[in-house]
Amino acid sequence: MPKPANHDPSEWVDRYGDYLFRYAMLRLRDRSTAEDLVQETFLAGIKDRRSFSGNSSESTWLVGILKHKIADHFRRQAREAPLEDSDLRDQPDSSPFDGSGHWMNGPTDWGGNPADLYREKKFLDQLTKCLSGLSPNHANAFTLREIEGADTGEICKVLNITETNLWVILHRARMLLRRCLEANWFHKSTEKGS
Amino acid sequence: MLPCRDVTQLISESMDTSLPIGKRIGVCVHLLMCKFCSRYERQLLLIRETVRRIAATEEKPGEPPGETLSEEAKERIRKSLRNP
Repeated sequence: MPKPANHDPSEWVDRYGDYLFRYAMLRLRDRSTAEDLVQETFLAGIKDRRSFSGNSSESTWLVGILKHKIADHFRRQAREAPLEDSDLRDQPDSSPFDGSGHWMNGPTDWGGNPADLYREKKFLDQLTKCLSGLSPNHANAFTLREIEGADTGEICKVLNITETNLWVILHRARMLLRRCLEANWFHKSTEKGS
Repeated sequence: MLPCRDVTQLISESMDTSLPIGKRIGVCVHLLMCKFCSRYERQLLLIRETVRRIAATEEKPGEPPGETLSEEAKERIRKSLRNP
């Protein structure tokens, strides 16, 4: 079997820069952090070129390095801003439920056939905006679980929290994100259509 | 019957772990009767599906749309690679 192409590091920026940057942006939502981690990834790649076995493509190998850098970044954020009580509780003014636990304003009908949403660049922008509105703990837990598809044990280690707390965090993150998308995307597109 | 507040928490949990049978039945019965909670579950699953598809598309090298590195950032990174 021919070895996959192995390029000189001087070509990496043009060859893989945008790809790695897009990967980082989806997970970090911040341009300068994403740029920094792409740069760190290339530097680590140069230092550790011998670890590239040629069993995977060069881009897969670099993404592997970037993945670790992103997890390190989340770990650092979790250390700097540990979980607070308010991360685990419904804010009284934002709970969608009444005193007996029933919906006050239930989810609205999102209509149409939203299955193709993933193709829409504007939806991605809105998703990024909504995720940025969450606290780092909520956004990072959601990112690891839903974007990375990591299992809960792994996420607990990165964020340094218990499994019980992770379930609460993920629940809150999904609820807030759903509401944000409803208000800023689905509600708006219904208005456009009517 | 379980209140919607508890059911939404359990819907989320069921996306990360398998619920004990008693809770699973409680949620199923509730969803049969509650339009809002079953809509809520559908929407969370749609968000999951969409986000995963976005991640899968973005991971293809050379896929054109989306964010790109600015020229300044590229130049900065190139420089740092020349003098690591």
